[in-house]
Amino acid sequence: MQDSLNALVTTREKRMSETFPRATAEAKEELLKGFHPDYRAETFAALRIGPNAGDRTPRELALLLEADSTLPKMGTVPPGGLSPFSPAIDLSKPDYDCDVLIIGGGGAGCSAAIMADNAGAKVMIATKLRLGDANTMMAQGGIQAADKESDSPAIHYVDVMGGGHFGNTPDLVEALVSDAPEAIGWLEDLGAMFDKNPDGSMKTIHGGGTSRRRMHTARDYTGAEIMRTLRDEVRSRSDITLLEFSPAVELLTDASGEVTGAILQNLNLNRYSVVRAKVVIITTGGSGRLHYQGFPTSNHYGATGDGLVLAYRAGAHLAFIDTMQYHPTGAAYPQQILGLLVTEKVRSIGAQLVNSEGNQFIFPLETRDVVASAIIRECSLNKCVTTPTAVQAVWLDTPMIEIRRGPGTVKRELPAMVRQFGRHGIDIAKEPMLVYPTLHYQNGGVEITAECATNVKGLLVAGEASGGVHGRNRLMGNSLLDVIVFGRRAGIAAANVAKERTGDPQLGLTHVEHWRKDLQSKGLASEVKSPLLLPDYTRKAS
Amino acid sequence: MADSHLVDIHIMGERHRVPDSLTILQAFEYAGYKLVRGVGCRGGFCGACATVYRLPGDYHLKFALACQTKIEPDMQLAMIPFYPANRSTYRLSELKGEAKEVLDLYPEMLRCLGCNTCTKSCPQDIDVLGYVAAIVRGDLAAAADISFDCIMCGLCVSRCPAELVKHNAALLCRRIYGRNLAPKSEHLARRREEIGAGRFQADLAGLKKQPKDELKKRYAERDIEPGE
Ligand SMILES: Cc1cc2nc3c(=O)[nH]c(=O)nc-3n(C[C@H](O)[C@H](O)[C@H](O)COP(=O)(O)OP(=O)(O)OC[C@H]3O[C@@H](n4cnc5c(N)ncnc54)[C@H](O)[C@@H]3O)c2cc1C
Ligand code: SF4
Ligand code: SF4
Repeated sequence: MQDSLNALVTTREKRMSETFPRATAEAKEELLKGFHPDYRAETFAALRIGPNAGDRTPRELALLLEADSTLPKMGTVPPGGLSPFSPAIDLSKPDYDCDVLIIGGGGAGCSAAIMADNAGAKVMIATKLRLGDANTMMAQGGIQAADKESDSPAIHYVDVMGGGHFGNTPDLVEALVSDAPEAIGWLEDLGAMFDKNPDGSMKTIHGGGTSRRRMHTARDYTGAEIMRTLRDEVRSRSDITLLEFSPAVELLTDASGEVTGAILQNLNLNRYSVVRAKVVIITTGGSGRLHYQGFPTSNHYGATGDGLVLAYRAGAHLAFIDTMQYHPTGAAYPQQILGLLVTEKVRSIGAQLVNSEGNQFIFPLETRDVVASAIIRECSLNKCVTTPTAVQAVWLDTPMIEIRRGPGTVKRELPAMVRQFGRHGIDIAKEPMLVYPTLHYQNGGVEITAECATNVKGLLVAGEASGGVHGRNRLMGNSLLDVIVFGRRAGIAAANVAKERTGDPQLGLTHVEHWRKDLQSKGLASEVKSPLLLPDYTRKAS
Repeated sequence: MADSHLVDIHIMGERHRVPDSLTILQAFEYAGYKLVRGVGCRGGFCGACATVYRLPGDYHLKFALACQTKIEPDMQLAMIPFYPANRSTYRLSELKGEAKEVLDLYPEMLRCLGCNTCTKSCPQDIDVLGYVAAIVRGDLAAAADISFDCIMCGLCVSRCPAELVKHNAALLCRRIYGRNLAPKSEHLARRREEIGAGRFQADLAGLKKQPKDELKKRYAERDIEPGE
């Protein structure tokens, strides 16, 4: 480690004036095919059941998508693991009734709740842990919007499509970029504080793959600032019912297969409750805690892909589930923060990626999939550093930031990063970081329209749980944007659907019965059950 | 984990032998706890894992986020995953955006004794007394700025002799600042108007129709705005 650190310091002066050339389209392609985890065929499986039968997805996700429901078998009393207070699930007496049930209290869920409440719908949010225990809270780097003179929604559109390798659903991208300035304005009206110049103009920077400086920031607490603002707004609306520690474990459907509610499981009491709703919006976010291919993750504790499981079992079609985002810069050292995110903003404001020989090997702001692949390549060529706990890594040369932009920049622009490393005795303004790709984002999810509708009636999806907006690779800052834009759209659309739906929705679990029969007949019945709800880290200490 | 050293820690009074390289949160899990409370993001952003601990031979009470703090030998610890906190009732859109409103909604802030215990207990090293003082003198901009990195863990609330729930008052300051006091962004207002008037619709409709190859070409040839 020390030799390599010396090499890094020695080459710094030369590198200060050096811009690594951007990769050509062919070079990028080659990097991805050679080194991106999405191309390790042996780590994928083809689904054998459900609407996406035949499609490839990571083995860990396939296992859960093909699994049985966690609910006790129909017509039986729940087994002993349940609290004695809990009777069998009685669908004839719903515990809650609402117009719009939102499953998942992150950025998309709260945005949807606020808009549906504005439209006069009776809204309920059921979330797994506390409101805001979500990936949204963890976002650091920023949120994109083409709101400057030099920029336009059309330019933004081209960046999104290129970043996603042109597979993105055009209608969704159009909605994303056209609603973006409105999303920023809406957040500001709700009291979110963005970084601004004294004249009120937004301080904006580049992110990987952007052609304009359109990344809006709130120090490196951008997601936290957005999340706590939305959460406070939700809490100030007494008409919104909030259930925390109450994940959904199954959707409810009527005889025609339309979604009519959900079954929740209180994690503190281990008790089920039944919610009847005219529309359900799934905003359960991503699945980093499934640790695809054994990667560490930057995601929150509850990111276990539950929404995909619930929707899939009810017949929803998924899109782009064969591609995950590995963020190039997860912390590789110290061990205590392994896999936690080192925000892209570190590169946006001037830090270079450097191999063990002290050389740059990639333009720092290529798209994430390309940068991650380049790091994996360097390691495969043995141009990496091995940490004391045997983790491979490359350098992220943070001291360059202050050489370039003056003392105090790091503390001002990256307070969360300074704290995270400072707690382990590392001053990132003076010492470089060691990084390696970390599992970061679920590029795909439930296929949606621009109004967040799915192929299943009564079921809407928004945010990271949806698929199509980002194609095969999401750009930094477009996910926070996605959750606000499509969260809002889902809330508005849901309120409309609820108005049209008259009479009490019928509650049933026929889709689960069918699923079980299908598993049996295909010989797939196994002990595996889903949704997972939380990963189990006991005694493994990882 | 093979070459790490095992040490004793006391979780809520119960002794556990765990590798010394773990964070407090990982130590809980190593000991066998599957947590539902006291864990959220695992990255230092959500404030779910507020922890208090003591070390042998030191009477001081110490504070940490379990997910961000390495264990120390013989520490005695407990999490405070929830701490009662009052939140005033308001709708931001109905407030005028004046400093006085924060004190109207949280008049108890005036009871601050200036003891600085809050600052000493903040795992984010925020100058908590500094933002409370700013609230008291009606300087919302300063309160918003100083409190910005607050993750609302509640440790400062648990320790306050004046019983103040300052993180909620600070959140209100930031929201009022963001909505009413921050200088307005003219370019954003202009762009919102342009979009409202449908100015970019035709461009986007055109792009949506472009064959992939043309779009690819356009992407490859796009001009890139220089960094600052
Ligand atoms: C460390 C990190 C940094 C990031 N930085 C950026 C950035 O700078 N810019 C950017 O644009 N994007 C960033 N992202 C991505 C972005 O933050 C997320 O993709 C986005 O916030 C997802 O929002 P969401 O509302 O869809 O999901 P989340 O915010 O994750 O919310 C989902 C919620 O659903 C709940 N839930 C899950 N399962 C269930 C269930 N069964 N029942 C009920 N509730 C359930 C979860 O507990 C959670 O509260 C980052 C992500 C991470 C992890
Ligand atoms: S702990 Fe309470 S009383 Fe003491 S300085 Fe802080 S806010 Fe004031
Ligand atoms: S100010 Fe209080 S609530 Fe906020 S992070 Fe510090 S101790 Fe926690």
